[in-house]
Parts: sequence; structure tokens; C-alpha cells
Amino acid sequence: MSVSRLQGTLDRGAIAVTAEIGPPRSCEVERLRAMARALKGSAHAFNLTDNQAANVRMSSIASSVICLQEGLEPVMQMTCRDRNRIAMQSDVIGASALGIRNVLCISGDHQTFGSHPQAKNVYDLDSVQELMVLRRLREGANWAGETLAEPPQLFLGAAANPFADPFEHRVTRLAKKVEAGAQFVQTQCVLDLDRFRRFMALVVERGLHERVHIIAGAIPLRSHKAALFMRDKVAGMSVPDEVIDRLRRAADPKEEGIRLCVETMQELVSIEGVHGVHITAIAWEDVVPRLVREAGLTP
Amino acid sequence: MIIAERKPLPEVLEMLEGAKDVLVLGCRACTAICLAGGEREAVEMREALSLHSELKGKGWNVSALTVERACEREFLSPIEGHTGTVVSMACGVGAQVVQGLFPSLRVVPGVNTSNMGAPEGMGVFVERCAGCGDCIIHLTAGICPIARCAKGLLNGPCGGSKGGRCEVSPETPCAWEQIVKGLEAQGRTDLLEAIIPPRDWRPSRSGGPRRIVNAEAAPGPAQREWRGED
Repeated sequence: MSVSRLQGTLDRGAIAVTAEIGPPRSCEVERLRAMARALKGSAHAFNLTDNQAANVRMSSIASSVICLQEGLEPVMQMTCRDRNRIAMQSDVIGASALGIRNVLCISGDHQTFGSHPQAKNVYDLDSVQELMVLRRLREGANWAGETLAEPPQLFLGAAANPFADPFEHRVTRLAKKVEAGAQFVQTQCVLDLDRFRRFMALVVERGLHERVHIIAGAIPLRSHKAALFMRDKVAGMSVPDEVIDRLRRAADPKEEGIRLCVETMQELVSIEGVHGVHITAIAWEDVVPRLVREAGLTP
Repeated sequence: MIIAERKPLPEVLEMLEGAKDVLVLGCRACTAICLAGGEREAVEMREALSLHSELKGKGWNVSALTVERACEREFLSPIEGHTGTVVSMACGVGAQVVQGLFPSLRVVPGVNTSNMGAPEGMGVFVERCAGCGDCIIHLTAGICPIARCAKGLLNGPCGGSKGGRCEVSPETPCAWEQIVKGLEAQGRTDLLEAIIPPRDWRPSRSGGPRRIVNAEAAPGPAQREWRGED
């Protein structure tokens, strides 16, 4: 039985498309609604980030609900950085009561990267433990063991970064997340296809692709400068020189970036064990419908 | 040991506004070893404060004294008879024990107490233990992920580990990279597969200030009565 469209799509073996929406920095509801309307129909579900890069934004719960109202299915991201197990369970029960089903469990970007580096972090749980707690919640009890009269309906996700180190143990960590309760996994953006293929080979070797739906990340880059930024400033990214050169040489880098992303998406879904693509078009969300269309992946 | 570092002098000077008698109190234990508050640093502080007082006409009467361990009352009798302000070069523990023992003195901190760590090289001290109260380093190759991972993650490295470095500071090794290497060296990579469940944080600072009673050392009711204690 599936509790969400994303789960239904994945469970029936179809290629799922998800895309990221960065919530606004203030109460710009209309802007968020307009974006939701522009993106509607281009993906099965949309990730609403949880104060990504540790910058204060509209909460992922509120922006998920606004997307729901616009007819989009949200994937609510929930970091361990800002809430302990009490807040975590409370927020998820509340989110489910509001109609949110897909929850992505993540550690969260460290607060020193964001606008409030002075903040105290929480990390009562890590992302593996968050999955354990939320799975038990879905199964009808909170972490203290108290029975829930009406448990939240949840489709639980986790993140995986095939490009961080130590490489071999990235798959071990993924296996732990699956063991802890992850039903789908969204990966870091793939620009280094070779390394991603090696990662997926290890995933398949362990049979993890049969226990969890893997949705591979894709990102459209506007220029070679964006590629350099990803390589040098974003922790845990791998950007091959070919990608940077291709964008640098291009007459129209933006168009080339779109072509590159479309090709990557098509490559990704052809890799054994990959069940979908996740598009992260940072501050360029309106390109998502075109990417999905050109990749031939329209839901 | 406890790692501390000297407070910037202007901060100490500000705390001493309006003072008269000033005692700089050094400690020969941890803060001496980490070169923040031993005898040498106490004397340096005394000299700096005296010079400032002289140049600015503050009229401070500054002296210095170094005790064996400021955190144990047995070593604090040399302070008796002093009045005014104490600039503590001991850690936050020592400063509070001194204040508790001499309520009429005003104890101000001369150092910032940072962590429980160890020297890594000349003049370099790094955190090793977070004092969580429930040690698990037998599972993590003798490396504490709570103290040494910026996020305190218990089940493997986050997505920001690159080239063995922590994303938060390139000077900091990724604790989980070290744990993986350590478990490989010990032939115990099987431990990487085991999930460490959510912790009970009650033995940590989250459970409130901690009190450890060593039953063997603590006097029982009979001894307490004999000693005239409640």
C-alpha cells in the first residue's frame, strides 16, 4: 500500500522524478505559490528544503503545506541540526496531520555555513537514528514506546552522497540507512558519472537497490563558474574537468548547461538500480519542466 | 586534561574596573600544561596588570600566587587573608571552587576554559572527550565521534567529509574517516555495519549538572556521623 504518489510511482517500478524547491526567506506566500504552479506536473514530488545551507527560510512544513494546497506533492526535508527527538516527532505527527507523507531524513548542513553561525546545534539524533525514530512512529509508537491511536502515514527517505569520502564506506552508510527504515534515497547531484557508476555497482553488489528506491541527483549549471563553485565551495562534490571545460567552451553556457543536465538525467536512469532522478536547480527552479520534458521523463 | 586559553588582556582590564587589591591566581595543573594559566602566565599577567595600573593610574595593588590544583580546596589555603579581586588563571572549575571557598572575594576569569583534550604538537591542543557520561569508543576505534565530529554523528560520516577533512574546518580531520581507518587497522570494519541507536543523553550535560558518587570513597552514614556531618 502506498501512502504517496512518489511511493506509488516507485513501487510500481516507474521512473520517479523529484525536484527541489527552496522555500522563500520570508512570508512570500504568493511567490511560493507561483513557483509551485509553474512547476506543477513536472515531477512526481517536490522537496521542500529545511533551512538549507543553515540559512533561515520558511519552514519546510509550512512550505510543504502551501505546495499541497497548489496540488503538488511535497517531500518534506527534516534535519537533525535544529530539533531534538521531541520536536522531531511532534513536527512529523503535525506534518502528517496536515497531509504530508514523504519525509527526507537528513543531518543538515552545519550551522557555521549559514547566516547564523553563532547558533547552538542539536544533533540529539543523527540521520540514521532519525529514520529509526520515524519508522517506529509510523508503526504506531513513539520513541518512548507510547502507543499512537493514529500513527502518521509516512514514506521515509534518506540522502546519500557518493562523492564524499571515505568512498567504500558510503555504501555501508547507505546500508545502515536502509536497515534503519529508509524507503527511498536521494543522492547528491551527479556530475561525475564514473564515480556514480562505481558507487551504484557497489550498491547493486550488496543488493541494496532491491530494498530501497534510489533517486539520483542532477543539477543544471549555468556556467563554468557555477561548476567551479560546486567543485571548490560545496563540500562533498565531485566535478570532473570535462564538465568545466565543456561549459567554458560553450557559446551559450546556459543552454549547454541544460543539455548537459538532460544528458546526465538520461544516463542516470539507464544505470542499474537507479529508480528516478532528483533535480536540484538552485535559484533556477523554472528550468525544471524543460529539463524533464527534454529528458523524456515527464510524469 | 582541561584545555584553556588566556583571555585577551583588554577583557581582563575591563573586568577589573574599580578594583583595588588584585590577586592573580595560577594553577599548576591543567592550565599550566596547556600554557594558559600556570605560574609563568600568572606572573606575566601580574606584570601586565601592574604596568597598566601604573600607566593609567588605576591604583591596583597586584600580586600573584600559584597553587598546586585550584580545583581542590586542600590546596587553597594560601589564598586566605587576601581581599578584593582574584583573576583566576585556573580553569572554570578551579575558579568556582575558589569562589565557593572565599565568598567575599570577587573571582573573575583570566582564561577561557574550552574542552577536555590533549596536546597534539608544540602549543597545539585538541579536544578529545565531550564528557557525555556513557563512553562508546570501543565501537569507534578509540575515537570519540561525539567530541570529534562537528555534528556528533554516531553512524558514519556526513556528506561533507572530503579527503579526510571535516567540512566545517579544513584543519580538523574528519572523525569518521579516522574511525574507518582505525577499524580497518583493527580488522573490525564489521562495527561500521552496526547501527548505534539513539542515545540516552541523561548521563551527559543534558541531564543537568552531574554528580558522581564513588561509593568506596564517599563516607557512609556512620562515618558522616562520626565526622559530625549531616
